[in-house]
Amino acid sequence: MSKFLLHINSKSYPVEAQDDESLLSVLRNHLNLTGTKYGCGEGQCGACTVLMDGSATRSCQIPATAAAGAKITTIEGLEQSGRLTPVQEAFLEEGAFQCGYCTSGMIMSASALLHDNHAPTDEQIITAMNGNICRCGTYSRIVAAIRRASSATAGGAR
Amino acid sequence: MTTRTPQVSDSDVNRRDFLKFLGGGLLVCLSPVSAIAQESGRASNRHELPNDISAWIHIDADGHVKVFTGKVEVGQNIRTSLAQAVAEELRVSFDSITMIMGDTDLVPWDMGTFGSRTTPTMSPQLRNMAVAARELLVETAAQRWSIDASKLIVSSGKITTPDGQKFITYGNLTRGENLVKSVPGDPPLTPASQWKIAGTATPKVNGRAFVTGKHQFPSDVVRPGMVFGSVFRPEAYNAKLESIDTSAAEKIPGVRVVRDGDFTGVVAESAFAAHQALDAIKAKWSIPPQPSNHGLFDYLKANPEGQSDPEQQSGSVADTFASADVKVESRYTIEYIAHTPLEPRAAVAQWNDRKLTVWTGTQRPFGVHEELMQAFQLSPKQVRVIQPDMGSGYGGKHTGEAAMEAARLARATGKPVKVVWTREEEFTWAYFRPAGLVEVKSAARRDGTLVSWEFHNYNSGPAAIGTPYEVPNQLVQFHSAKSPLRQGSYRGLAATFNHFARECQIDEMAHALSMDPVAFRLKNITNPRLKSVLQAAAEKFRWEAAKPSPERGFGIACGTDKGGYVATCAEVSIDPSSKKVKIRRAVQAWECGAIINPDGLRNQIQGALVQGLGGALFERILFSNGRIENPHLSKYRVPRFSDTPQIEVVLLDRKDLPSAGAGETGIVGIAPAIGNAIFAATGTRLRHMPLTPEDDVIIG
Repeated sequence: MSKFLLHINSKSYPVEAQDDESLLSVLRNHLNLTGTKYGCGEGQCGACTVLMDGSATRSCQIPATAAAGAKITTIEGLEQSGRLTPVQEAFLEEGAFQCGYCTSGMIMSASALLHDNHAPTDEQIITAMNGNICRCGTYSRIVAAIRRASSATAGGAR
Repeated sequence: MTTRTPQVSDSDVNRRDFLKFLGGGLLVCLSPVSAIAQESGRASNRHELPNDISAWIHIDADGHVKVFTGKVEVGQNIRTSLAQAVAEELRVSFDSITMIMGDTDLVPWDMGTFGSRTTPTMSPQLRNMAVAARELLVETAAQRWSIDASKLIVSSGKITTPDGQKFITYGNLTRGENLVKSVPGDPPLTPASQWKIAGTATPKVNGRAFVTGKHQFPSDVVRPGMVFGSVFRPEAYNAKLESIDTSAAEKIPGVRVVRDGDFTGVVAESAFAAHQALDAIKAKWSIPPQPSNHGLFDYLKANPEGQSDPEQQSGSVADTFASADVKVESRYTIEYIAHTPLEPRAAVAQWNDRKLTVWTGTQRPFGVHEELMQAFQLSPKQVRVIQPDMGSGYGGKHTGEAAMEAARLARATGKPVKVVWTREEEFTWAYFRPAGLVEVKSAARRDGTLVSWEFHNYNSGPAAIGTPYEVPNQLVQFHSAKSPLRQGSYRGLAATFNHFARECQIDEMAHALSMDPVAFRLKNITNPRLKSVLQAAAEKFRWEAAKPSPERGFGIACGTDKGGYVATCAEVSIDPSSKKVKIRRAVQAWECGAIINPDGLRNQIQGALVQGLGGALFERILFSNGRIENPHLSKYRVPRFSDTPQIEVVLLDRKDLPSAGAGETGIVGIAPAIGNAIFAATGTRLRHMPLTPEDDVIIG
């Protein structure tokens, strides 16, 4: 059992967890940050994706202790003073979900992609997003949403 | 429409209290209700649908409308389209409506959300209630003003006199009093051609809650004092427990082991500790020998369950087949697949005195309610099941396993308990879409007229087993079998496999007759709706111009089930050296009567096609001796971004026809379209689903 601080969405959370307990488990079960989802526990579906120091990270695959000191952003941390990010806006505008369970992970992965590459090609979008599963099959709409968010960002909308 | 749920989260608030909480409102008695509308909720005499409108619709003093239904939202966006239908008939704004769904204390009994039944049954039911309510409101206003009711203008929740001088809102009209009325017969519904809110592309009502992570799925529910539970599973199906040692688990701080007959579970302060405790339990099982994938289809044919009668029988298939010009005899097979909803089964259970409240992801809240009542010997009022909009189901969440487990553990520990299945548990202890075998013999005259059709389905299921082609001599039969694995519902049920076998067989007949597959189908179809989608898909795909080569194939398939009509075209490319197949492009034409929400419908039809790609190309459950060998997403491939072709959806809006459901049948066309496209390119006929299980490599 270790005691440490996690820096999540610009807040510090004191955490007490076992050394091999995953960041996902701590987020969901200790801190009630349930926007980050469990889908497979083996890094195959992307539902648990968060940003760690800006990189898309499968929170089910790293121990929470290893995330101490990193700047973590979860889906709850994107909206600022009631304003959605261009990626969130684009998912709404394209209706890029059905059940919405994959949406948190999709938006986090897409946010990391657009942070690194402001104007990805469709091929780059597909490569970057291929680790995220949408069982409802809304992939085309998600690609369209990322394209839309990309042009919103490039056009200086935000 | 607001996303706020009413502030009545305490489990001991019953419906009577809830209505009191809502305050004065509108109460209408309506009888009788049309037979078709009642079908949705009537499974037995024990469950009569309430015929007073207050059970379904409530208008408060501010004009906010609450609509109550036992149907649940699982990603099909029915929360949105039902609200559209009610707003349309009630003549209120879409935003004024809140749907209260799947809460057994608050909504009328309902059989469940499956079979594409919500749109054809619940939607008219709620529309009837909305029209009755509107008429009553208008009559009340007319009496108040001594004006002929038919002259009043109704829109946006407001009734206005013809001269525009006076108006009153629904909220002002209902304030402080309950209005009661009996309405004989079915009130007149607004024709689709006059719809203003229904029929429009309305976004998912609470979309913002999903893009911000605020929506609480069943697995996200948190209760004060809640602890985490997990269930100790057998090593294999039908395994018998010989011995168990839980002492090491019990030594872990904060862990409680719960034994109850064959059931062993653990409860801990954290989910992590609960899983650690499970790992610490040692048990010995005796596992009987059981079937495996190897020889599965022969096993299913050799192990019938009960007698079955033909679904269709006419003329003599034996005689006509024997003497026909062109005949084809084939055998098709399909593997078990898993629904793999991204949110696994989950539940939170809480006991307050003798009342049990369970939040869980299920397509049948009242089914789970019944299971819990029986298991714990409780009265209906002692159990409440609440279904938050969940992380999909696809027919895979008809049951209440997690609810039962959480309830048992919560009762044993006296605390609210959350149980969330792992992906491995979901792959192993849920149920599967049935595997199956189809044997089909068909024959035609040289001019392309089908004369004989004999079709036997073993175990996969009878959904859409009948042929929509005109054939004078037919024998169509479903044969139940003793399934080695637990099997159940799935999006579209057996319609997927029955369409696959039929549409591949039809394609093979066309080739045997040297006829174009579209022309051959049109020659043998009389149903105008099926013809229309077939022609629409072929036109959009530019079927006439599609000429196959060894590296490029084009295929088409069509069909109908559950009131929906579908035709699908697929273009595949085949790498000449690796023989890898890539689905390049798909066109799907769809018709299900009057379209309530074209955006939601397009999303469903496209999503069904993408999900269908998995079963078509690579999804299969591998099992041996009572164990699932690939219970992980790393070993069970589902469609991803890179598998998705360019998809064009063509929607045919038939405003003259009643709306049918669209959640399922859009899945049936893609597998045969791809199979037929691969044949067109390679001359290899693949008769097994999945078509290319070895990761894109085709046979031959």
